[in-house]
Amino acid sequence: MKLQKFPRFLAVVILFYAVIEILFKLDVVNGYLLHIINLSLIYVILATSLNLINGITGQFSLGHMGFAGVGAYVSAALSTLVFKLSPSKPGDMLVFVGCIVAGGLAAAVVGLLIGFPSLRLKGDYLAIVTLGFGEIIRTAFNNLDVVGGPRGLLGIPKFSNFTTIIIASALSVVVIRNLIQSSHGRAMLSIRENEVAAELVGIDTTRYKVMAFTFGAFFAGIAGGLLAHLIQLAHPTQFGFIKSVEVLIMIYAGGVGSITGSILAAFGLTFLSEGLRLGIRSLADATGLPIGGEWRMVIYALLLIFIMLFRNEGLMGTKESKIIELPEVE
Amino acid sequence: MSAPLLKIEKLTHYFGGLKAVSDFNFEIPEGSIYGLIGPNGSGKTTTFNLITGIYTPTEGKISFQGHDITGQKPFRIVHRGIARTFQNLRIFGNLSALDNIRIARHYTTRSGLVSSILRMPSFKAEERQVRKEALELLDLMHLSHRATEKAKNLPYGELRRLEIARALATKPRLILLDEPAAGMNPKEVDDLMHLILRIRNEFKVTVFLIEHHMKVVMGICERIKVIDFGETIAEGLPEEVKNHPKVLEAYLGKRGA
Repeated sequence: MKLQKFPRFLAVVILFYAVIEILFKLDVVNGYLLHIINLSLIYVILATSLNLINGITGQFSLGHMGFAGVGAYVSAALSTLVFKLSPSKPGDMLVFVGCIVAGGLAAAVVGLLIGFPSLRLKGDYLAIVTLGFGEIIRTAFNNLDVVGGPRGLLGIPKFSNFTTIIIASALSVVVIRNLIQSSHGRAMLSIRENEVAAELVGIDTTRYKVMAFTFGAFFAGIAGGLLAHLIQLAHPTQFGFIKSVEVLIMIYAGGVGSITGSILAAFGLTFLSEGLRLGIRSLADATGLPIGGEWRMVIYALLLIFIMLFRNEGLMGTKESKIIELPEVE
Repeated sequence: MSAPLLKIEKLTHYFGGLKAVSDFNFEIPEGSIYGLIGPNGSGKTTTFNLITGIYTPTEGKISFQGHDITGQKPFRIVHRGIARTFQNLRIFGNLSALDNIRIARHYTTRSGLVSSILRMPSFKAEERQVRKEALELLDLMHLSHRATEKAKNLPYGELRRLEIARALATKPRLILLDEPAAGMNPKEVDDLMHLILRIRNEFKVTVFLIEHHMKVVMGICERIKVIDFGETIAEGLPEEVKNHPKVLEAYLGKRGA
């Protein structure tokens, strides 16, 4: 059957896109809900790219949002500048793509620079270094007046929309998936499994660890750029340690090493977090009890504790859905 | 006898003040099966770790096919043609047996990142080739039925064979086997001896092994080096070593000799 040749993942993405677009036109999906979907799709990029570093290659990065911050600020500064110089012309989309990719590349360069010295470290030590690095980036944005300092970078043109975000998100997943399912990806997996053995079957482990960091940082930078052009703001607090932990939680909830898991968790936890906000507000309104929105974080945290207690390998473990996984080349 | 494949000169290694390996000098001729024996803690595995680059020797020189490989990174030494197995198995447990083999074949693949990510025809052709070779190797080790099984689910004897298969997948000239018969029953030991002979005869791979199992050592090794407390106490043909007074002393104590 020729039909089976059509990539399943692409089919699912197109179907999802079409359904949401139609529901939006019919006003079943409102602007708020579409915004949450957009955020989820951006988190898909963040979670899968972090999974490449932590789940596939077995390293431990706690500064993932730092890379996203670099992408956000660099792409936003560029697009704002271009927009100021020549407001709105037909090539807008091209400029946008250029700025986003530039942000991703800037983040990749930072990932590469961070990667070399820090990858001599393992486990906890590496985690602390990446944590420190993420905080340095955040503090730098906080203190650089050129990019708005603590006020953040304002007035970023709104280029991101459902169409551009879903394309970027699907492309990121495909690239990361294809990388993992190649000989290079297996080399990365072998580092996670046993670094000494990997080295002794001829894998240049340093090279592949740096590669994982560089790829991970690139896609985090893309996600950061999309986010900045969606909410039209780049602010230091968006890229701090707590935000990095949120992404980390997603890959643990979804299953460390599973791209499918990361995608499901990115959607699930983004919706859960928003759902709890609404749920608690309406509960407070209905009962008149003095419960504030902060309580959603308590419930959110409790749910995560339950996931870890009863299914500590995460939703998917290391398994992939047949929609994501490519068949073996035979 | 042909030119030495591996040449060790004045190899010495200290762990702090402890001399783990002291002034080792020996040559392994191409195509031979060479045994390294000695009581526990005598420096056998340390010698392997020095040859494969896990440790950098305090003093001395290691040459392979005429190239100085002393202090090179482990993966570069593998690229030169030295593979090894481990005393305590180091397999990629969560990956399939097939993937364990394919990873060892990775450094000989040519597909770059771009062609891999775009899954170009050249990449697919190479994947097909690598897969075919890996399956053949599994077949040779009687592990075909385990190809898609997670390696950690394999029984012990099969894991030992998988580790040897993985080492062979790096296409070595010399293979270092660290106690390959450990934990095997007599039937498995016999099979292993046949397997080692096949590796040498069919793959043309020189074998350097550490072993406590005397049947294996005396049965297949063509030359044996005996060490104790990091010192060489005897070297020679199996018959010569077997009755050497110092060897008997090291293994059985002074009165036994």
